[in-house]
Amino acid sequence: MSNAKITERHFSRRDVLGLGGAVVMMTLMGETPVLASPKDVKSKLAELADGAYQQKGRVSILLPTLTQDGKRTRIQVAVESPMTEDDYVKSVHILAERNTEPEVASYHFTPMSGKCEFVTRMRVAKSQTIVVAAENSDGSFYVAKARCKVARGAGGCG
Amino acid sequence: MKPEAPRIDMPSTANVGEIIMIRTKIRHIMETGWRKTSEGATVERNRLTKFTCSFEGQEVVTADLGSGVSQDPYFTFYAKVTKAGSFSFRWEGDNGQDITETIPVVISEEKV
Repeated sequence: MSNAKITERHFSRRDVLGLGGAVVMMTLMGETPVLASPKDVKSKLAELADGAYQQKGRVSILLPTLTQDGKRTRIQVAVESPMTEDDYVKSVHILAERNTEPEVASYHFTPMSGKCEFVTRMRVAKSQTIVVAAENSDGSFYVAKARCKVARGAGGCG
Repeated sequence: MKPEAPRIDMPSTANVGEIIMIRTKIRHIMETGWRKTSEGATVERNRLTKFTCSFEGQEVVTADLGSGVSQDPYFTFYAKVTKAGSFSFRWEGDNGQDITETIPVVISEEKV
């Protein structure tokens, strides 16, 4: 009985594969010129790290898991560091995997900052992963990721 | 939109060595240059690209702002007060936009 039901739909293996291919083509054609991809962030990170090992930890991100307003999403970043002359955070970079341009902003700190912590507002074009990278004065490189979902129709890049 | 002075919130007095929180917000459209009007014309790019905070001529924090920074850039950060002096804030943008603001900090004398 069940076999008969399946044949009634007239979906052959070839049809299904063809349909899948068409969907992939459409997404590729529609998105490539407009939005960045996780690959861009990966290559940007490699460029910033400049050969240093990309470690996890030290960087913490506070970002809403779901936002209704991708135009101004609050992001809070804190990097553990003593912030002394010998050991301080040089730069913190915010990268967005699926914004038009992956580079959101770069912040450069000095021992005068006292504490490496900041809050800002960023644009989130669509649901994606936000990557924050911290470059230390001793050359170590820390990376953290946070996922942010954007409610339908609330994307932030104009 | 009327030009408006940036809003900066920070304590006016501090102890030596204290780390203070500085909150800044500036009114700016931060136009990416990709948006189109209903007629199809591209809206001209108009962004702030650089922010600098310095204390008595010494840089504390600098920022390179990209397209992902939202309209009316808001930025909160920390700074160490080593002596009495003034913090100066500077925003630079496209077409030679340059906005500066200076706020002094006094060392509180009650607590030593």
